[in-house]
Amino acid sequence: MTTTVEDKLFTLKFKPDEHSHLELKDPEACKSKCGNRPCTTFCPAQVYKYEDEKLMVSYENCLECGCCRIACPQQNINWRYPKGGYGVTFRYG
Amino acid sequence: MEEEKFDVVIVGAGPAGLAAAYVLAQAGLQVLVFERGEYPGGKNVMGGIIYRQPTEAVFPDFWKEAPVERPIVEQRLMVLTKDSAVTMGYKSARFAQEPYNCFSVLRAKFDRWLAGKVEEAGAFILPETVVEGLIRENGKVVGVRTGRDDGDVRCDVVIACDGVNSLIARDAGLHAELKADQVALAVKEVIALPKEKIEDRFNLEPGQGATIELVGEATGRMLGTAFIYTNQDSLSVGVGAIASEFAATGIKPYELIEALKNHPAVKPLVAGGETKEYLAHLIPEGGFKAVPQLYADGLLIAGDAAMLVNSIHREGSNLAITSGKLAAQAVLQAKEKGDFSAQSLSVYQKLLESSFVMKDLKKYKYTTHYMESHRELFTVYPEMITDAAYEFMSVDSVPKGDKQKKIMKLVKGRRSMLRLAKDMFDGWRAIG
Repeated sequence: MTTTVEDKLFTLKFKPDEHSHLELKDPEACKSKCGNRPCTTFCPAQVYKYEDEKLMVSYENCLECGCCRIACPQQNINWRYPKGGYGVTFRYG
Repeated sequence: MEEEKFDVVIVGAGPAGLAAAYVLAQAGLQVLVFERGEYPGGKNVMGGIIYRQPTEAVFPDFWKEAPVERPIVEQRLMVLTKDSAVTMGYKSARFAQEPYNCFSVLRAKFDRWLAGKVEEAGAFILPETVVEGLIRENGKVVGVRTGRDDGDVRCDVVIACDGVNSLIARDAGLHAELKADQVALAVKEVIALPKEKIEDRFNLEPGQGATIELVGEATGRMLGTAFIYTNQDSLSVGVGAIASEFAATGIKPYELIEALKNHPAVKPLVAGGETKEYLAHLIPEGGFKAVPQLYADGLLIAGDAAMLVNSIHREGSNLAITSGKLAAQAVLQAKEKGDFSAQSLSVYQKLLESSFVMKDLKKYKYTTHYMESHRELFTVYPEMITDAAYEFMSVDSVPKGDKQKKIMKLVKGRRSMLRLAKDMFDGWRAIG
């Protein structure tokens, strides 16, 4: 029953907002200042991917744990809650 | 809408917020609870154990009608290495009797039920609403600003029960940004399995439940624990470790939980199950020293928002419910005096200090530091214990005396007697 992160996210109910609730304060800093970009590994929903020298943010998959807000080494994420009623909804919890 | 005034606004419909709302509504106060999820429970995550006595102190006899999963009659601890497990456990018929010690729960169902009780008591719960900030006048909190149009609400007191990320507590300047070594990141799966399979695999009578906490290889040797809890027809399987360790090791949480599910000691327990939900959450791990000031003019903080978690005993919901209740009692005393200043509300701090909440956190004040400075607990010791057990239990015609010597050598080879004694002494001091 090995499952990938995509399989796992597929179990969830999401209602994505049109606007991202995860904003990079300085997108350039992810490229120039950050060494190993740990957000690309610790984020439990793989929201952050580094592609073509750019940090891609798939905010619509966010589980709203807040880990990136705290553990980003550059403190580069302006983290808000999604708008009321939006984002992930847990049916089991 | 016209700007409304309530006695109390509570931010967040989790155990802390709902407990506070219930006590205040029962006392006849006008209470409004804001919840950012689609419904109370829709954003709420924990491993899954609710403790009967502290919950009952607010919601009498809750377990008789609430959607609890199983009363827990056995608790096990497993120390894992790559291919082995040493297990300890305690099972008792005493825990199998009403009114029970604790229950497994699924929070989306359970919190929704609690919220229903709170509404019956007369509080208003407004879901799908994010509280974006506090309204202050002359330095005093007098209400909240919500994400709704014309969504300002005024009140005498705000109780922030908005969880580990507590944006309210930070807006109020009561606590600085958390550090990555003060929180654990945990992921969990709810894995569906037929009731009979759960009862067979965990050696349970119908309806009874068990918990297993796992350390060592279970967390990829990071500072943390994993868990398996039995629900009615599912298992809650999860793993958590300090966020800074995830960042430093590059271990991916979703791969770690897969490794756990595929460990030879765990695989037969979850085999054939279907993952129904995947969740992630932060757990406050800073302990006593991370608890911020809990009151200000017109403001109180409770539950995870106040960092009230006893990670040594994996207790959180009971500290949340108790702190919510005590916050409500502090508000009732303040209301009697008609004084909602910080000084008047500071009685909350005293109530918490005379309860198990602060006493337990204080007792384990040095424990987090002990574990951080004794990494061997998560690396060297699990291997030492399983290797010693392997020698002890292998029957291979080696005389027992030689085996004992071999085990002693194996222990000494990895940890000198002096270090061993120091680790134990430090550990004793950290929890003593």
